[in-house]
Amino acid sequence: MTTTFPRLMLEHARQRPDAAALREKEYGIWQATSWAELSALVQALAHGLHQAGLAAGQHLVVVGENRPRLSAVMLAAQSLGAIPVPLYQDAVAAEFVFPLVNAEVAFAVVEDQEQVDKLLEIREQLPLLQHIWFDDPRGLRNYDEPGLSPLDALVAAGRVEAAAHPQLYTQWIEAVQPGDTAAMFFTSGTTGNPKGVIHTHATLIDRAMAGARFDKLTSREEVLAYLPPAWIGQNVFSYAQWLACGYVVNCPESASTVSIDLKEIGPTYYFAPPRVFEGLLTTVMIRMEDASVAKRWLFKRCMDLARRVGPALMDGLPVGTLDKLKYALGNLLIYGPLRNTLGFSRVRVAYTAGEAIGPDLFSFYRSIGINLKQLYGSTETAVFVCLQPDNEARSDTVGVPIEGVEIKLAESGEILVRSPGLLKGYYKNDAATAEVLTPEGWYHTGDAGFIDASGHLKIIDRAKDVGRILGGTNDGAMFAPKYVENKLKFFSHIKEAVAFGDQREKVCAFINIDFEAVGNWAERQNLPYAGYNDLAQKAEVYELIRECVEKVNADLAQDELLAGSQITRFLVLHKELDADDGELTRTRKVRRGAIADKYAVLIDALYAGRTTQFIETAVKFEDGRSGSVSADLKIVDAKTFPAVRRAA
Amino acid sequence: MKKIGEVILEVKNISLAFGGVKALTDISFDVREHEIRSIIGPNGAGKSSMLNCINGVYQPTQGSITFKGQTFRHMNSRQVAEMGVARTFQNLALFKGMSVLDNIMTGRNLHMKSNLLMQALRWGPAEREEIAQREKVERIIDFLEIQPYRKTPVGRLPYGLQKRVDLGRALAMEPQVLLLDEPMAGMNVEEKQDMCRFILDVNDEFGTTIVLIEHDMGVVMDISDRVVVLDYGKKIGDGAPDEVRRNEDVIRAYLGTSH
Repeated sequence: MTTTFPRLMLEHARQRPDAAALREKEYGIWQATSWAELSALVQALAHGLHQAGLAAGQHLVVVGENRPRLSAVMLAAQSLGAIPVPLYQDAVAAEFVFPLVNAEVAFAVVEDQEQVDKLLEIREQLPLLQHIWFDDPRGLRNYDEPGLSPLDALVAAGRVEAAAHPQLYTQWIEAVQPGDTAAMFFTSGTTGNPKGVIHTHATLIDRAMAGARFDKLTSREEVLAYLPPAWIGQNVFSYAQWLACGYVVNCPESASTVSIDLKEIGPTYYFAPPRVFEGLLTTVMIRMEDASVAKRWLFKRCMDLARRVGPALMDGLPVGTLDKLKYALGNLLIYGPLRNTLGFSRVRVAYTAGEAIGPDLFSFYRSIGINLKQLYGSTETAVFVCLQPDNEARSDTVGVPIEGVEIKLAESGEILVRSPGLLKGYYKNDAATAEVLTPEGWYHTGDAGFIDASGHLKIIDRAKDVGRILGGTNDGAMFAPKYVENKLKFFSHIKEAVAFGDQREKVCAFINIDFEAVGNWAERQNLPYAGYNDLAQKAEVYELIRECVEKVNADLAQDELLAGSQITRFLVLHKELDADDGELTRTRKVRRGAIADKYAVLIDALYAGRTTQFIETAVKFEDGRSGSVSADLKIVDAKTFPAVRRAA
Repeated sequence: MKKIGEVILEVKNISLAFGGVKALTDISFDVREHEIRSIIGPNGAGKSSMLNCINGVYQPTQGSITFKGQTFRHMNSRQVAEMGVARTFQNLALFKGMSVLDNIMTGRNLHMKSNLLMQALRWGPAEREEIAQREKVERIIDFLEIQPYRKTPVGRLPYGLQKRVDLGRALAMEPQVLLLDEPMAGMNVEEKQDMCRFILDVNDEFGTTIVLIEHDMGVVMDISDRVVVLDYGKKIGDGAPDEVRRNEDVIRAYLGTSH
């Protein structure tokens, strides 16, 4: 790849000066910035930054939501050969200290007062930080801080300089080489400090273009940029591929108007983590509950048909003529309007990634005619490693390796990747770089998985979490706790699950019921209960959960590799696992070790074959008080299934 | 920092009686430009009556009101509005069935020149005028961060947001003086904090003078420049929040005494 981001922008400005590059909804109207206007803005910003002292190789921090002017700032920095470092706008001030110190940052461009306040709060720890520019001046009029000024002032100063030296801009851009660092993304490690992932223009553009070719993206795509720009996923969709393809990136009016903006824009290319799709589905379902009887009946009929026929249609499989006709009618009555309400009328390609997506959730979107697919990648791989082709979307795989990608499996089952899009290294952290990048250019993903019979990559778990069953009938079988837990959590009645089995002879699990869902269910069953604990220990609830567990077991048995991970015994916990009690991380991931220590007596009871166990646990309430809950927990067995051997 | 200017509104010896009930007795105080001036007092102290006198809803039985150098014995509410005084209401007086946008738009009506018929037909100049007014309204929507609810009927919004819309409609008049009647009544802590921030922002960004009635002492003391304290229709304290807080009469009347 022989180009850079600023050169791509110049090319668009030359070829299609009046075409929209960015749109932002402001004061109720979508305001467009054309490529020519963008280029002029970038030129002014580059001159302004140059005048302020930003030089090639230096870092410039960008913090804020997706705003056209912040994208322009990144382009301006890159035009000078400097390196934009986007940071998460929702991070607390203390989290900014490490990246800013680590990258020796002297320049910051932020969105608004909130971000300015955060930087000022930690300014004493950042002696190098000289300039802070802000995009939105609201509330900042009375600030009197050295080096703090509005972005407007920078643009104005830059315009004067640009008029005086019009030729400098293109000279700067020509001087920047594809192999130069284009941006740095900080990834939050689960332990220790975050690491700055270095990407060059070449790595990012190569992957952006490979992804674009895979899905045949054109300059006519519309994208809504609403996820944090510091996340490489958003960066690729609304920056790297934006410049590679020249499509339009739309910035929402505010974080709370995204669903309205989505409907107005009707993106053709869309990307969201599973929780966003889940949230959208929940809103639809809640609104349907309130609809009239006739509408509910129609909705149910149509959705039953969609579930049966929709995915097959999306996959291009043969479908009976009558079903096709019925589906067409359903499309007219329900699916079409529903897609419109969700803002997905024009979606040609939609991706989800980041975490496992529930099969029901996944097939819901495909069944109503939305081409939802999965992809696999990370910050270090510039996202695009595996993608699902249009007709081969599955909820349990992440797609096939795309052009340029080589995949191999390490002895341990860890996935290794080699591609032109790999990181150049971690910033000032050679030890960490050496850990993940081999001299032959293989990147250790840290994920365990395998390529299935159809050539799709299947992710099982984080490699370090994958254990082995020891002794018993399944001796030596692979145990993938998160895989099992995710399967359990896909049931609406189960909120959280923790599976144990590494170095043990069988797999046992703790289950947390979803109080709301199970509570609703209990009401419909005329099952009275006094509270969470009482409900959790009802025999009927255990029966309900047992059905879920056994379904998971049946599912696990389908896969020879994972059949040994079937759950033999389980209990339903008396309290919700909570981040305040140190049982979950703030992002709601289970802290396996902490839970195993805290509930050691329950684990012993599970493996000792007892049928009840008394437990008393200290809890912290939201108002800071603490107390304790105690209960006699029932422990029950679940049916397991023999592994199904399938012809490969 | 903000500069407090000259006296913009002066209330002199105002008394108000409803038949035999004396709601206000001989009240005098002034409001300076750009300040946040609060009127506090226990229930039935005469706070809303005071605001209604300034606003021209009630006609005081005695006394005078001087606004921007002009002295009035009594005012009518349209006259007051035209002179640049806007208000919000304790019990919200919004058009529940209309959208947020339309509600705020009504606040622009004094600034519109086209007549009712032209507006109804959205004809020629009326349409151009509406577009220009809409732009002003959009700035208010942006300022109050209510973009997600632009098209939502006001009746469907939670109470805290309705209060914000009420404020938005008052702001749409581009008032010089804004009268707020218990803007935080019935709100939860978070809504109160939001409302405080908006009041301070209005005062700061637009330089609007604010006269505020409020129950919540904590809020008042935090955001006001000066406070008037009423009790049984009489003024018992006047001054900066700290002064008022130390005033023995105020402590007795408002906070209660230990016997």
